[in-house]
Amino acid sequence: MSATDSNRGGVDAMATWRRIYAMILRHLYILRGSWPRLLDLAYWPTVQMIMWGFMSQFLSGQMSYIAQAFGVLLSAVLLWDVLFRGQLAVSISFFEEMWSRNLGHLFVTPLRPGEFAASLLSISLLRTLLGIVPASLLAVLFFGFSVYTLGLSLAAFFFSLLMFGWAIGLGVTGLVLRHGLGAENIAWGLVFALLPISAVYYPVSVLPTWLQYVAYAMPPAYSFEGMRSILLHGVVRYDLMAAGFALNIVWLALGVAMFFHYFRMARRRGSLLQQGE
Amino acid sequence: MNAIEVSGLRKVFGEVIAVDGLDFAVPQGKVVGLLGGNGAGKTTTLSMLLGLLLPTSGSLKVLGEDMLKHRYRVLGRMNFSSPYVDLPHRLTVKQNLQIYARLYGVKAIDARVDELAKELDIVGFLPRPYGQLSAGQKTRVTIAKALVNQPDVLLLDEPTASLDPDTADWVRSLLKAYQGRTGASILLASHNMTEVERLCDDVLVMRAGKIVERGAPQELIERFGRTTMEEVFLDIARNRRQAAQ
Repeated sequence: MSATDSNRGGVDAMATWRRIYAMILRHLYILRGSWPRLLDLAYWPTVQMIMWGFMSQFLSGQMSYIAQAFGVLLSAVLLWDVLFRGQLAVSISFFEEMWSRNLGHLFVTPLRPGEFAASLLSISLLRTLLGIVPASLLAVLFFGFSVYTLGLSLAAFFFSLLMFGWAIGLGVTGLVLRHGLGAENIAWGLVFALLPISAVYYPVSVLPTWLQYVAYAMPPAYSFEGMRSILLHGVVRYDLMAAGFALNIVWLALGVAMFFHYFRMARRRGSLLQQGE
Repeated sequence: MNAIEVSGLRKVFGEVIAVDGLDFAVPQGKVVGLLGGNGAGKTTTLSMLLGLLLPTSGSLKVLGEDMLKHRYRVLGRMNFSSPYVDLPHRLTVKQNLQIYARLYGVKAIDARVDELAKELDIVGFLPRPYGQLSAGQKTRVTIAKALVNQPDVLLLDEPTASLDPDTADWVRSLLKAYQGRTGASILLASHNMTEVERLCDDVLVMRAGKIVERGAPQELIERFGRTTMEEVFLDIARNRRQAAQ
């Protein structure tokens, strides 16, 4: 009879990992088989880095703020891309299933929605690294600036921003499950609505008071303020890191809840079988 | 023992009643056909059995497990094929089958994929992207996917749609052989009456979300005083119940 392994119901860590790995492999096959896709991952982060690198060079002769820490804008641009790419990778990996009308096959396998979400986050981490690392290395080559001078704090900022990207990505994925591919554009545009209030290029104090509350309700402001504190004053602000991670837990929980809520709604409405281009 | 048991199954979308109080069972080792015109509720019924769609009310049991509470206990022993659901287009046929084998927890993946490729005569397609195959070739690949875990319960939605008569006949033989070899239970939704006559032990005929007739194909043919299932189907579809008698 069935040629599958013996565990047929309960939680089995090995079986869970095997299914998550299968979904990661599915995306790796696509990346491995297409160099234009790999190039595309690194293309925009690199273009952005080059543009802001020259901008920083120009401004460093004009403004004491930039002269004081040449890498402020470059670090900001690279870290913002962590958030953007992290979110986009979750959404795109999910859209791949919808574009190929594959959801109906996936969710009749033993793959749980939580395992599916975990695979989306894993592939997001990989795609983000593939996009950001080449750009950060080219920044050393072109402008003599290494974002790695941020030390261990860089890892904290990276994961904090990536987690927030995941939270938005899962929320958007849920919305697309609910509303179909008509909601696809949200994935491309939503994160840019947060750009002005995320303190990427300027401190939160620049914002009107009421908007500062909004900015501090989201994790990115803490990462970018923390980054500036290191580059401008040489001070590592652990309080900002802790606040950012605490908020990330809340936002990620919201993203996961949205994903599960809309997944269940899709099962009620029958949209898992009907999704596609 | 029954492989599938459905009781009082109902699905309502807004004001539309898609499935209206179904009661049926698929005995273990039997092939049961689900017949009906477009919109009769066949695909909705299959979707609920697979857990892709939540019923409004009623109960569903597969291999003794309540599908509304414990579907993950049996999903590994089931599989499904439908022309309305695809596989990732950019992956090769081999990659697709390997991934689904992993998802189903198949032990010897490469051996199983090779075995299926020979059985379904898709060896030549293995290195090709799934999206580049013809409709008929894709159908054979999705049937290979449906057999990858050697399921005990197989749900097939129009399995030979888009196949030429020769290939369709070949696929039917293959499904019959699989069922004979493994003792699997099959629920088959189809419009193809030749297929139903050839494969099914029993038939459930649906109209407007309800089962309106049931029985073995020969039994239905005799009951309606007809010579083929196609004539029986037309009688039922046009509401000419037991016309000849």
